[in-house]
Amino acid sequence: MNIIVCVKQVPDAKDVRLDPKTNTMAREGVESIMNPFDRHAVEEAVRLKEQHGGTVTVISMGPPQAEAVLRDAVACGADEAVLVSDRAFAGADTWATTYTLGKAINKTGSYDLILCGKQAIDGDTAQVGPGLAKRLNIPYVSYVRKITGFENNVLTLHRLMDDGYDEIELPLPGLLTVVKEINVPRVPSLKGKMKAKSLSIKTLNAADIDANPDSIGLPGSTTQVVKVFAPEFKGERAMLEGTVDEQVEQLVNKLQPYL
Amino acid sequence: MLRIDIETCIGCGVCEEVCTFGAIEVVDSVAVVNEKCTLCGSCVDSCEAGALSIEAKEKELQTDIAEWSGIMVYAEFRHGKVAPVSYELLGIGRRLADQQKVPLTAVLLGSSMDGAARELVSYGADTVFQVDDSALEFFTDEIYGNILEDIVRVQKPEVVLAGATAIGRSFIPLVATALATGLTADCTQLAIREEDGVLLQTRPAFGGNIMATIECPFTRPQMATVRPRVMKALMPDSDRKGEIIDFKPDPARLQSRVKVLQSVLEEQDQVNITEGDIIVAGGRGLDNEKGFELIKQLAGTVGGAVGASRAAVDSEWIAYPHQVGQTGKTVNPKLYIACGISGAIQHVVGMQSSETIVAINKDPDAPIFDVATYGIVGDLYEVVPKLIDKIKEKRG
Amino acid sequence: MDYFLTEEQQMIVDISRQITDEKIIPQRAELDEKEEFATEILKDIAQADLFGLYIPEEYGGFGGSCFEVVLALEQFGRGCVAVATSFAASALGAYPILLSGSEEMKQKYMPDVASGKKRAAFALTEANAGSDASGIQTTAVLDGDEWVLNGTKQWITNAGEAQIYSVVAITDKSKGARGASMFVVEDTDPGFSFGPKEKKMGIRASATCELIFKDCRIPKDRLIGRQGLGFITVMKTLDLSRPGIAILGVGLGQAALDEAVTYAKQRVQFGKPIISFQAIQHMLADMAIEVEASRALVYAAAKHIAAHPKDMSKASSMCKVFATDMAMKVTTDAVQVLGGYGYMREYPVEKMMRDAKILQIYEGTNQIQRNVVGQELNKEYTK
Repeated sequence: MNIIVCVKQVPDAKDVRLDPKTNTMAREGVESIMNPFDRHAVEEAVRLKEQHGGTVTVISMGPPQAEAVLRDAVACGADEAVLVSDRAFAGADTWATTYTLGKAINKTGSYDLILCGKQAIDGDTAQVGPGLAKRLNIPYVSYVRKITGFENNVLTLHRLMDDGYDEIELPLPGLLTVVKEINVPRVPSLKGKMKAKSLSIKTLNAADIDANPDSIGLPGSTTQVVKVFAPEFKGERAMLEGTVDEQVEQLVNKLQPYL
Repeated sequence: MLRIDIETCIGCGVCEEVCTFGAIEVVDSVAVVNEKCTLCGSCVDSCEAGALSIEAKEKELQTDIAEWSGIMVYAEFRHGKVAPVSYELLGIGRRLADQQKVPLTAVLLGSSMDGAARELVSYGADTVFQVDDSALEFFTDEIYGNILEDIVRVQKPEVVLAGATAIGRSFIPLVATALATGLTADCTQLAIREEDGVLLQTRPAFGGNIMATIECPFTRPQMATVRPRVMKALMPDSDRKGEIIDFKPDPARLQSRVKVLQSVLEEQDQVNITEGDIIVAGGRGLDNEKGFELIKQLAGTVGGAVGASRAAVDSEWIAYPHQVGQTGKTVNPKLYIACGISGAIQHVVGMQSSETIVAINKDPDAPIFDVATYGIVGDLYEVVPKLIDKIKEKRG
Repeated sequence: MDYFLTEEQQMIVDISRQITDEKIIPQRAELDEKEEFATEILKDIAQADLFGLYIPEEYGGFGGSCFEVVLALEQFGRGCVAVATSFAASALGAYPILLSGSEEMKQKYMPDVASGKKRAAFALTEANAGSDASGIQTTAVLDGDEWVLNGTKQWITNAGEAQIYSVVAITDKSKGARGASMFVVEDTDPGFSFGPKEKKMGIRASATCELIFKDCRIPKDRLIGRQGLGFITVMKTLDLSRPGIAILGVGLGQAALDEAVTYAKQRVQFGKPIISFQAIQHMLADMAIEVEASRALVYAAAKHIAAHPKDMSKASSMCKVFATDMAMKVTTDAVQVLGGYGYMREYPVEKMMRDAKILQIYEGTNQIQRNVVGQELNKEYTK
């Protein structure tokens, strides 16, 4: 089974803050990491390869620094890595991103399965997986939490829903987006790290993938971010006073309508 | 491309400070951009000298943009029920439609949906397009996507809204890609700008630490998925008049390569925390798993559900279905009692719309007090037992 | 401080750190409470290729020295000394084969140890033979093509969890120390069984039991090296492995320091975080100084040992004493900084203090180590 895994380098979201006074992002100490959901996608791909043979190719669209997450994926068992990078890709929304990734994947060769994390923790859109499947005209299943079988080129799986799960058959080639419950990602191995260090990463730019300049980056985007701001909260902040007993008494009186 | 006018640049370094991506730095008193730039535009806004600009080819508007009119809502139907988010979408959809003086349409897809379309009318829809077909018994991205795409192409609404549920977030991106238009995920605020009818879609990003407003200025429809339990549904009015139209799909469009073998409902945690009127939640301040015994006691006393912060869930003191916040559930009960929860932003985004918020925490500077209606600074192990006794006493 | 590690050494640190942070630390309290062997974590360590750090490449290892092992153990020790001990004990059990075993023996056992498929253990101690190894009573007698072992080993780390045991037994009583030999016993050998699991003060997630040999028959070629070479192999093995114990002290001390500083910054008394009080600051400063000094000494000793296989004893003993005495002191101080909370099992420092004690005892008590250093000094100044 030849598998392509899409990975993204993201800032560690829990550290990103917007200063409400200056409306600027505080980036000090914000680390760049592999999108956590993508780690699960890489792990699942490596497990499928270990069971059924084949190769795992990781692909990322991003600046040259995104090479780091590709090497992380190789250290965890991926075989090949492709970086799709060009300044012309900057400012891409999910629409332009799926166009670019689709073009790049078509250049990369044949595949049976594409795996993506369910969403990236920076944008939280969850749109790239389904959009990419549409671009490639392959069937897809989102929110996969378990792969239960593989026979006659059909994967059987469980899709997580809001009220339970669906049991699904996906004929290959196809695309999956995975949730965290699907596996526990491994830690890189020493041999994997050494391989990752020396592996030459194939880089594709806009010309390499025959991209239409009007469909990539900011010009190719259908949406635009027009404003970024810190969330506001409305609390009245009435701090109760007195002894604990007095405070509890006051609170119960105030909450009377609900009790 | 980011253009830097080196004549105008004063080398003040504000842009360097502002850039989240480390993409701009001042070298020899002039700003220089590197390949990390994502064209986010933060630096352009921050530059007082006006030396920065984003050079983009002026994008052409879709030629038939004026023909797109009306608000369309995708009404989710599953396991014999209309999902509550559909009514919430009709609530916000009605407001937008009235503002634009255009009709509000709902699209209802499923199988054996007796009376559901009528319900949608009572919640505000002017027209309901429904497809009631056994091919729609189970949700598949392809068939649902095909039909919604076809209805949109015929109806040409200016706005299409869907719930940011597992279903909505799975197949709406397919529809948007097919229609070659923009989609904004998981919106928490929606408004239409008077001047040009552009939908301003506001949503949290970076785990809720940042809010972003997004537009889709050049193409139609403008599509968004909307976070459940954020918008308010209207009171249903059974006298409302509306038209129900059976849409006849092309049979070729009812084919799916993916097959759903069965759909399994899972035992939900005894109390579904998103539906009750009262939630009592515990966090790291409980210090251990046993603390939730106390939280459950208080919840039992007030007839509420038990919620938790991510810290408590990560410590495995309580199961994930109880988690409130960005990576858990969004709730808006009438009363939310936060015990030993510091109020990290990830938690607050999931409960801030509660009507009344009570915070009990021993740290007077805990940010939870900033969103609280009432705050008590103290040891929850002292306060909560007294609170339970007092409530019981008042009730006699 | 920057110790100028090579790129490969830094990789070992990074992988070990990730295993420690993602796998060990979240589970250590539960493993300790349930006294449960960390099988899954050891699988993760195996999967990361770390069991073969010190094993030559021709046997499937990484081909590093005891310094590379030290780098991994420092991280594991920071997470949980019990888990780290299970890992270290496998190396301890494999060293005799690597040091004195035949080529065939190395070919047979080392690849599985390197891949982590099999674990090893080292069996010296008996009821009447601890610091004084001459009291060993387990015997091995050649009977045709087989050795027959009888006796009982005590407090053997990884007992029941290892598949390969390096066992010391007396083959010629009349020769005293020169009458001891080492053998490989496999877990499935007939006549070999385990006693009940010991109840320990600390490192509760590690397995410790008796090994019981009752007419245990093993093939002749399981003798490690030559007859009578047992004690020399034991001494070399311990010299090689002791920096590993020393570094557990460093990792543990670092963990205790991290907890103490974090707590002192958060804990408010008299209206201020307690880290602003000089009494606390000085304690923390001493802890930091001692941890760093120990780290520097252990790193230097491990590198010295790797480079000078004939001159290991003094460096090995010095670093073991210094770093493990430090760990006992620093973990005790960490409990003190945390006060009442430190004494409670909800915080990790009480476990750290319990775990620290064993470091001063096993693989040669710190009193014996001081003897070694003293004897080496005597020799050096006699030259």
